[in-house]
Amino acid sequence: MDWNEDVMDELERIGFQLRGLYQRKGFARYRMSKFEEYDLYSRNKDFLLSEGVITFTDTNGRLLALKPDVTLSIVKNVGDCGAGLQKLYYHENVYRVSAGADGFREETQVGVECMGQVDGKAISQVLELAAESLALLSPDYILEISHLDLLGALVDSIATDHGMREAMLKCAGEKNQHGIRELCRQAGLHPGAEEPLISLLGIYGPPKTVMPRIRRLAEENGCEEAARELGEAVASFAGAEAESHLWIDFSATGDLKYYNGIAFKGFLQGIPDPVLSGGQYDALMKRMHRKDRAIGFAVFLHRLDRLEGGARG
Amino acid sequence: MSQMLNVALPKGRLGEKVYGLFAQAGFECPALLENSRKLIFENEAAGVRYFWVKPSDVAIYVARGAADIGVAGKDILLEYQPEVYELLDLGIGKCRMAVAAPEGFEENPARTLRVATKFSRIARDYYGSKGREIDIIHLNGSIEIAPILGLSDVIVDIVETGTTLRENHLEVRETIVPISARLIANKSGFKFKRAAIERLMAGLEEQAK
Repeated sequence: MDWNEDVMDELERIGFQLRGLYQRKGFARYRMSKFEEYDLYSRNKDFLLSEGVITFTDTNGRLLALKPDVTLSIVKNVGDCGAGLQKLYYHENVYRVSAGADGFREETQVGVECMGQVDGKAISQVLELAAESLALLSPDYILEISHLDLLGALVDSIATDHGMREAMLKCAGEKNQHGIRELCRQAGLHPGAEEPLISLLGIYGPPKTVMPRIRRLAEENGCEEAARELGEAVASFAGAEAESHLWIDFSATGDLKYYNGIAFKGFLQGIPDPVLSGGQYDALMKRMHRKDRAIGFAVFLHRLDRLEGGARG
Repeated sequence: MSQMLNVALPKGRLGEKVYGLFAQAGFECPALLENSRKLIFENEAAGVRYFWVKPSDVAIYVARGAADIGVAGKDILLEYQPEVYELLDLGIGKCRMAVAAPEGFEENPARTLRVATKFSRIARDYYGSKGREIDIIHLNGSIEIAPILGLSDVIVDIVETGTTLRENHLEVRETIVPISARLIANKSGFKFKRAAIERLMAGLEEQAK
């Protein structure tokens, strides 16, 4: 049978190009059912990108859901691999309530998950793959990287309770320094207590420029290990073309119940929301009684609707 | 063209005040103050394009990337929780979100409190944090009339001077949160137009000193 590539629309073409990239890098395709036990999502509600799950009762009485997320299913269904590294990719539809959408939408995402002995080298490889994915979409991209353990440590050093911690992390994600100062004032903290966190949020830009300041700040606050990991993660880009697209920014946050260590987001010129999101999720693995460490990312194909053809590399 | 800094300004007195701050920070566009019905104004030399929008819509323009930056009240940010950066508190347009009730009103804790408001999320979060059961009556304007006509027990609304409340025999019972105008930015736009936005922020901070 003849294969005519023209039958694919632009988003399908991008999806297959990404799959080709991940296949070439040694990732194996992971296929999954459209349905999953609802219980998985009710136990990990905060992990989902949106509230609301489409549920139905199967013929045998089990309560099932149309998948609102891919990572949870992979974590649940793939066993520990111990000393090795499982490298998987997927190309799946998920069902979510998107911001601005009146009800549920079907969204397509392509992504990778890496589980097992996730060391510095594996983290760098996933970051490089994220950068390559973005480069495939547009030459005008930025891969924003942060380290949640460093951010979390500075938040925990001043947050007096869980509510304040959550509010401060929200402010961090919004680059809202005046909000953090106000929270500290309301909590009656001594003046200046928030300065290390404010300094961290004020440091953003290319790794070469900002890493020395991050190391210094981390050293002063006993977080050298996190700064070392961040430095190691971006070091593999040294001298490569992709290095000029890296941006360290601690406003790239995540729910610390699930995420830890390196977190990252990908942005394209002209698209208002991140088109790629990922990071380490050892904390989620632990919550699901898994021994492996893990890192992964997803590319949100539906957000590429507004990408102009000419911008693609 | 694409590297112009797109700015959504809230229509009205606050927007004019904000433009004054931006102009002083080096982002002038004199045509903006001319008496015309135009909505979009550009100064290519300064690399800036302004547009007037309804104050409650500023955050939508910014979150959706039609504007790189904008100025929105904290009330709108709290109510609609847009995915934007909140870069600066401009310290203007100051007022407060408050609970007001008819003079002499005595709350009965055994009954569900009926709350009339335009700001349902703020009201729900506030009373939720106190564990108080409420019945939200969402209105789009003239909130003060609700308790007078017995539609609600209290209102949650913006209070600036308190004159409207006093004239209608209402009084502030609790302040929920202070409100002021905030500089917001689209998360993607901030990264690709960083230099211009930082120059603007530096200019605004200089004026605040």
